[in-house]
Amino acid sequence: MSIQREDVEKIARLAKLQVNEEQLETVANELSNILGLVDQLQAVNTDDIEPMAHPTDAVQTLRADQVTETDNREAFQKIAPATENGLYLVPKVIE
Amino acid sequence: MHNKTVAELSKGLAAGEFSSVELTQHFLTRIAEQDTKINSFITVCEDDALTEAKAADEKISAGNATPWTGVPFAHKDIFCTQGVKTSCGSKMLDNFIPPYDATVTSNFKQQGAVCLGKTNMDEFAMGSSNESSYYGRVTNPWGENLVPGGSSGGSAAAVAARLTPAATATDTGGSIRQPSSLCGVTGLKPTYGRVSRYGMIAFASSLDQGGPIARTAEDAAMMLNVMASYDKRDSTCIEREVPDYTATLNKSIEGLNIGLPKEFFSDQLDAKMQQQVQNAINELEKLGANIKEISLPHTELSVPAYYIIAPAECSANLSRFDGVRYGHRCDNPKDLEDLYMRSRTEGFGEEVKRRIMVGAYALSAGFYDAYYRKAQQVRRLIKNDFTNAFENVDLIVGPTTPSPAFGFNSKGDDPTAMYLEDIFTISTNLAGLPGMSIPGGMVDGLPVGLQLIGNYFDEARLLNVSHQFQQATDWHNKAPKNCL
Repeated sequence: MSIQREDVEKIARLAKLQVNEEQLETVANELSNILGLVDQLQAVNTDDIEPMAHPTDAVQTLRADQVTETDNREAFQKIAPATENGLYLVPKVIE
Repeated sequence: MHNKTVAELSKGLAAGEFSSVELTQHFLTRIAEQDTKINSFITVCEDDALTEAKAADEKISAGNATPWTGVPFAHKDIFCTQGVKTSCGSKMLDNFIPPYDATVTSNFKQQGAVCLGKTNMDEFAMGSSNESSYYGRVTNPWGENLVPGGSSGGSAAAVAARLTPAATATDTGGSIRQPSSLCGVTGLKPTYGRVSRYGMIAFASSLDQGGPIARTAEDAAMMLNVMASYDKRDSTCIEREVPDYTATLNKSIEGLNIGLPKEFFSDQLDAKMQQQVQNAINELEKLGANIKEISLPHTELSVPAYYIIAPAECSANLSRFDGVRYGHRCDNPKDLEDLYMRSRTEGFGEEVKRRIMVGAYALSAGFYDAYYRKAQQVRRLIKNDFTNAFENVDLIVGPTTPSPAFGFNSKGDDPTAMYLEDIFTISTNLAGLPGMSIPGGMVDGLPVGLQLIGNYFDEARLLNVSHQFQQATDWHNKAPKNCL
């Protein structure tokens, strides 16, 4: 599968990563190499094979709807870049 | 003192031959003197370690000790350690001081073990050479131009250089076993769900597993006794009793059926490696095992399947790094989009960004079925190969890596060249089985690993067979020059 520059731009936007103009070509080639490796999978017959998401096909365990955690906001926010009144600060989102 | 195993150190402390403070100081001094050459530690916890050592000595005198009380070890810098920087080898977390302990961390604290520091690793656990760390590459103690392997290169190198008797590590595609092989040490990846992943920074959630690196199977067993636990806080952790892994080390392996996958002995495998691995297998036969050839027909597909699944899961896991709640934030973000873009672009290294992008692509509309779903189907085929094999054999054995330690920058510009390093280890992660690498021989003066793969939750058997092998051979006692 060959990745073009426009594909890289789109993927980068999805992943919230910046790829500079000069890097677009290189990144496209690298991604193409990786996806080339992966193309071998297309040749395999997987009709009627159930996809496997978990090594032992385990399912989500449930628990009683009871409060078990304590409020650790202060500890968690001590390491935040910017907070105010228990809220995390980010650049203005709503105009 | 640094040539003693964990088991020997534990007995020595109990017998009063030395104190934990003496022992800890000994290792801290060694690290200070020798780690500049190797760069196996990102953070050394001098003060905390000595405090823990003093507390351990008190417990030992009071008769309240456990086998691990006062024994020094190190954590791969992927396990959250409360109040102690945890970087995951990345600029993104260079400023991250976790407000909590990983379960693995607290398990060791409960035992009174002494944490010497946090070891170096490939960034976000993505790599097979420890060349991608933000904190610089790690050098294999066996050769100053050689990689230690990755991503747990720091843990493996530190243990090989006798800078720590043991270290925790993680394995997603081979990251415990491959560096163990290249550094001549013993490493174990437990069954998926055996060790809690709570507080273990996530790379690929259906593949990641924490495990021990040490110099002997006995030490690895002692480590697994502490690392394994049922943890409600990790919903993928399996509720299952943790046996005493040291109790069955001495069982005879007479009559054990061992399978050799013919796909692991193809011409991808270096001829000298093949000879060493064959010699090691002969030793197992001398110990009474029956050797049979088996087939794992989908082995070749494990690398492509992995390089869709792991990047896909990583792109989801690493989306939490957005400069908002912790970790790197860019200066003067002009809007939210800019905050995300620049924080992430500045914080992540090249390999991490590559894998995030591959993952995002594989999961995106129009490609999900062709890539991700297909890979998950192939994953089941790979698992079925093992299930079939285990109907006829108890254990599977083969090489860990295609060749011994390679030189820095030797894989060229194509990222896929590095990916093929993992060809023998990846299928174990995809299937969720336990796997181990032990020193099995030497090629041109460099250690090579023997890999053992067990059935689900059969870690005790892996450790037993490894221990028997280590009683009959002495590859595991070989040390790099100047490290004894």
